[in-house]
Amino acid sequence: MDSSLHIPLLQVKGLCKHFPVYNQGFFKRQAGLVKACDDVTFDLMPGETLGLVGESGSGKTTTGRTILRALQPTRGQVLFRTNGSAVDLAALPAKQLKPLRAHMQMIFQDPFSSLNPRMAVGDIVGEPLVIHGLAKGKNLTDRVVAMLEKVGLKPEHRTRYPHAFSGGQRQRIGIARALILHPSLIVADEPVSALDVSVQGQVINLLRALQQELGLSCLFIAHDLSVVKHICDRVAVMYAGKIVELAATDDLFTTPRHPYTKALLSAVPSPDPDKKMSFVLEGEVADPGNLPPGCSFNPRCPVVEEECMSEAPQLEEIRPGHFVRCHTEQCPKGQWIREE
Amino acid sequence: MTTEHVQRPGEEGAEQVEAASLSQWQLIRRRLTRHKLAVASSYVLVLLYVLAAFAEFFAPYPALWKNLDYSYSPPQLVRFSFSEGLYVNALNRHVDPITYRRAYVEDEDTTYSLSFFVKGEPYKLWGVFPCDRHLIGIDRKAFVDGDDMDAAGESVLEPVFYLLGADKYGRDICSRMIYGARISLSVGIIAIAATFIFGIVIGVISGYVGGATDNFIQRSIEIINAFPKLPLWLALGAAVPPEWSPLRTYFAITLVLSLVGWTGLARVVRGKMLSLREEDYALAARLAGAGHGRIMFRHLLPGFTSHIIVSLTLTVPYMILGETALSFLGLGLRHPVVSWGVMLQDCMNMQVIGNYPWLLQPIVFFVLTILCFNFLGDGLRDAADPYAAR
Amino acid sequence: MALPANSTVERTADRADVVLEIEDLHVSFRTETGVVRAVDGVTLSVPRGRIMGLVGESGCGKSVTAYSVMRLIEKPGWISGGAIQLHPRDGTTIDVTALSEKDDQLYDLRGGKVSMIFQEPMTALSPVHTVGNQIGEAILLHQDVSSAQAERLAIDMLRKVGIPGPETRIDQYPFEMSGGMRQRVVIAMALVCNPELLIADEPTTALDVTIQAQIMALMKGLQRDLGTSILLITHDLGVVAQMVDDVAVMYLGRIVEQADVRTLMKHPRHPYTEGLLASLPSLSMDKEELPSIAGSVPSLLEIPPGCPFHPRCPYCERGRCDVGDPPPLREWAQGHGVACVRAEEIHPETNREEES
Repeated sequence: MDSSLHIPLLQVKGLCKHFPVYNQGFFKRQAGLVKACDDVTFDLMPGETLGLVGESGSGKTTTGRTILRALQPTRGQVLFRTNGSAVDLAALPAKQLKPLRAHMQMIFQDPFSSLNPRMAVGDIVGEPLVIHGLAKGKNLTDRVVAMLEKVGLKPEHRTRYPHAFSGGQRQRIGIARALILHPSLIVADEPVSALDVSVQGQVINLLRALQQELGLSCLFIAHDLSVVKHICDRVAVMYAGKIVELAATDDLFTTPRHPYTKALLSAVPSPDPDKKMSFVLEGEVADPGNLPPGCSFNPRCPVVEEECMSEAPQLEEIRPGHFVRCHTEQCPKGQWIREE
Repeated sequence: MTTEHVQRPGEEGAEQVEAASLSQWQLIRRRLTRHKLAVASSYVLVLLYVLAAFAEFFAPYPALWKNLDYSYSPPQLVRFSFSEGLYVNALNRHVDPITYRRAYVEDEDTTYSLSFFVKGEPYKLWGVFPCDRHLIGIDRKAFVDGDDMDAAGESVLEPVFYLLGADKYGRDICSRMIYGARISLSVGIIAIAATFIFGIVIGVISGYVGGATDNFIQRSIEIINAFPKLPLWLALGAAVPPEWSPLRTYFAITLVLSLVGWTGLARVVRGKMLSLREEDYALAARLAGAGHGRIMFRHLLPGFTSHIIVSLTLTVPYMILGETALSFLGLGLRHPVVSWGVMLQDCMNMQVIGNYPWLLQPIVFFVLTILCFNFLGDGLRDAADPYAAR
Repeated sequence: MALPANSTVERTADRADVVLEIEDLHVSFRTETGVVRAVDGVTLSVPRGRIMGLVGESGCGKSVTAYSVMRLIEKPGWISGGAIQLHPRDGTTIDVTALSEKDDQLYDLRGGKVSMIFQEPMTALSPVHTVGNQIGEAILLHQDVSSAQAERLAIDMLRKVGIPGPETRIDQYPFEMSGGMRQRVVIAMALVCNPELLIADEPTTALDVTIQAQIMALMKGLQRDLGTSILLITHDLGVVAQMVDDVAVMYLGRIVEQADVRTLMKHPRHPYTEGLLASLPSLSMDKEELPSIAGSVPSLLEIPPGCPFHPRCPYCERGRCDVGDPPPLREWAQGHGVACVRAEEIHPETNREEES
């Protein structure tokens, strides 16, 4: 990581996305609130890849989409730095978003539904350029071909339709589309989850290479911790809409602090038959529409204490760069834990 | 099944490359060709429309041509002999002195030969090009245009060729059916055009905008649908002033038909919009900065043009049925306009049907058209279905 | 572990030990563009009381093989060759492939002697019937009990699969339950008649990883208690390593390697297996370039000649690997079969005895 760039590219502060739940009936009244994403705070440095990990209902996809303003944030700030100044994406009126779109793009999970089946590949990849009026005619074709080659496809592929390609190739097309505008921020929403294992490596390597070459920052959303280990500099673990742990990748994998992170790591089945799974977490995955009082993890937590049932913990830095949201792991108020 | 390519340079077969480059329409057309019934139906429909377009040429007689001497003449059998070629026997009319019942007896001695591309009644093709050739008719050269009396002193009737019989006024059923095809078939198409526009615009807005607008539009559609169709048509048909010219009446009827028919298409379009709106590629376009218009028409609409085509193909018979029903009941088109429904008006009488069943022949054309459209629509629907091959 | 009939080594599997025998199975599908051989000569035996894993990526034919055991292959597919034999505990033998569609034995088989659990618990359960109703149906179809008894059995089974408060859960509908719960219900339905063989088609793929761990532990526990044999189909090698006793790896409709799990995971001999294991982003590897297998799985309509894996194989030898018939599954060592003509050359230094 280039330590000379200390100014974060993206600063998310207290981002919340709540979905109201309505009663059935002609006059809809609000019956509840689904806190899909609640009080999410983190920084993303230029050129850094931050992993956002969690199971279903954790809010990772909602967070990613809210940051890009695909969804309207309920509260919070998303400070995005372009051209030297920072803009709050959450507060920006819709009309002013369009020029910023060129700087932030998304890669989708499903290779089958993320490409328009009626459009030829060349049109799909070139469309962002057309929308922003950045290229026309031969220039457009050249740039599209260059991008296709960069992701490992051939120039003649641009006249073909998505149905002719495999899952891995379609993901490459999606990556080409996302990168053709040379954005500074990419949100990759589980880009390899739908691919075969033998192809996942290809796509991850491609993403890493492109990221280093183009100097992108990447928010890498995944549910598979092992994939995250290979591509992310830092990792944030989410549970029930909140970030419960945030640390550098090595720190998180060697010394996880939050009980959920520990459970998550031990739940991944190891390909070594001799390494049996040590600990199985009880209970159901949290439903963000129906959260218990206090810490959302308390029904399943193996080290739950009385404080956890009534008071929700905050995200605190227990070591430089390592944040945890847990009463039992956090220091008694007023002291720092120093473990070197 | 996705066609996955092994990444070896230059190894891909030519057919593979071809299949990969086919657009949606080409793929649909390919699949459609395997649906034999649909293909056959499309040929029949093309034939019918060609008949309707060149009605003046194909019909032996003009639509309103009549000959009272041959009232309710039965169909004439076309015979063939090597000496005369195609010919028909003359019809002699006998009136039973007691019952006054007319009967037509074929006169084996007098024959009129038929030939193709004969000179017949003059006409103007599409009202513009004067011509007098007909596809088939009595060869006038072989008939000596002489007196109206023969040797025995009985009046010789003018030679006529009623391939499918004649109605009360001696009008040729075959010719009138062909001219009727022109009206009935075109009403279907024009009514579709209006339905298409209404249905798509309202459906797209309803589906894309969503929320209260969608709610309002859908409830309105439900209110319209709640009216029983046939009475609504009848009421609207009766509202058309009878003193209007045939042309105005024609357009008024098509408008009436499409006003009630657009709701089906709007519903289908709205449903598809709602589902496609959530697709990832629509979101990708939005994130790339595309405006609503671009998303609606470049991304979402092409996703279901095939459904629209199918829906429209299946609505045409419905429109034809509507026009025929209205005209049959006397509330649609009227004489002098000829359509199948108008022709069927003559059949309201049981005695007529019992004695002169050939007057019911327009039903054959009518059923044939409807069946063909339905088969074609089914074939299109099967061919257009899962395009996004997984 | 059994080997092909044309193997030069004697069959060492004792017939009493084996609950399912698949012999040279061929399953074909008629498509618009030709006949596809989804399963192309698979020979497999599932030992009684053990868990057998069938591993492969998309298009390898593992699901089709499993469906054939229950005779669930429908048009445009058909079993075009081979035999499947079931050996229930009572000593009889049922020739599954010979049963006709109208045969009562076939209905007896499905759900009674052989049951199946699927990947998606939501679509495997009927949304309009209660959970108790569905489990009860499985019981009443195969056992001669009253509905009150069936309900008791259902409650019992729900308790066994770890659902708390089964007396109330009996009357719930699937949509009222979470993904993990639903999968437990599906497992309960499958095991309630104490089948000889349970076929699990990617049972944990659609679940979150912590729930997956729970279900895996559950299945292992139940298997131990009830002694059911399991044929587990998955693409996840981690699940394979933690759950199964024996593994068969499939590629494009054929088995390319077969061994007990420890041998296969630690000493793979087929290049495809090696590639799969190497491309696993396991938790223990350092952050570096992630290996992968070059290219992608070819369509079943364009199966390469010779060894079907040769276009992607780093050890492919022109003239040997890309011509002729696909290599047969032959014995590498006791209980370890490999379908690769170059296996000895690629691993010359290995002492085969060491692996067992």
